[in-house]
Amino acid sequence: MPEPVAIHARRAPILAPSASGLVRVLPPADRFVLQMKAPRGAVLPASAGGFDLSGPLNTVRGTPERFAARLGPGEWLLVCPAGEGAAAGPAIASDLAGRFFSLVAVGHRNAAFLLSGTHAADILNAGIALDLSDAAFPPGSATRTLLGKAEVVVVRVGDAFRLECWRSFAPYVHAFLQEAAREFGCATSSTRGSRQGAG
Amino acid sequence: MLLVPCPYCGPRPEVEFRCGGEAHIARPADPDALDDAAWAEYLFARTSPKGLHAERWLHAHGCGRWFNALRNTVSDAFITTYEMGQPRPDIAGDR
Repeated sequence: MPEPVAIHARRAPILAPSASGLVRVLPPADRFVLQMKAPRGAVLPASAGGFDLSGPLNTVRGTPERFAARLGPGEWLLVCPAGEGAAAGPAIASDLAGRFFSLVAVGHRNAAFLLSGTHAADILNAGIALDLSDAAFPPGSATRTLLGKAEVVVVRVGDAFRLECWRSFAPYVHAFLQEAAREFGCATSSTRGSRQGAG
Repeated sequence: MLLVPCPYCGPRPEVEFRCGGEAHIARPADPDALDDAAWAEYLFARTSPKGLHAERWLHAHGCGRWFNALRNTVSDAFITTYEMGQPRPDIAGDR
């Protein structure tokens, strides 16, 4: 047997995190996709690895930095701050021991944005066809949907919206949101595609 | 925008869905026993009705689940949705 070679991928966020503005790029995080079905007559566990899995479909449980969003009847997106995933993964797996489940670390697959302010929903609605008002999408809601051409996960965090998308979609999503934000006087210097007469 | 009633998520925009074609088409248990005409019938022949149509739908950009739906092909109205594997519900005025 040849000696195993340690390969360390160079990992960098696709967009530089920003601390202010209406469309903020969030720093990297650790994420997992958990898929699990309840056998007939059995119930799903209420929590695993410190994540609350008990929320109904299209809701989120937890804190803004560490939460479990239920995206399907048997699917959760688990997010925790960067660095905590190394401990959280085995903790989740040991809590679910004896069940059939799939736990995949996808921390570097996603990029995240935070939209805040009174116009956050208006900016998102430039590309999302869902009703994001308080009545239809109250705090604690989370769902997968489409923003323009890109699949995104929208998580309502208090009055703000956290947006998760695939890493390769991030430049598109970021440019899309910034162009939509120009209408509300929130342009930033790095706005891309500032066509004449656009917006 | 057409709203599609996902049985898991509720009414959601049409762009989140994929249509999987006609529902309740069972694969023949023994394809080797069929002649070409019968196999072609299974592969290609669809009822394509004017009126109520049982279809498979996938909430691809949502909960990711498949379900069956009865849709009126004239008005595009979704009459009802039901789980995969369930028989086609009897609706007044059907067929």
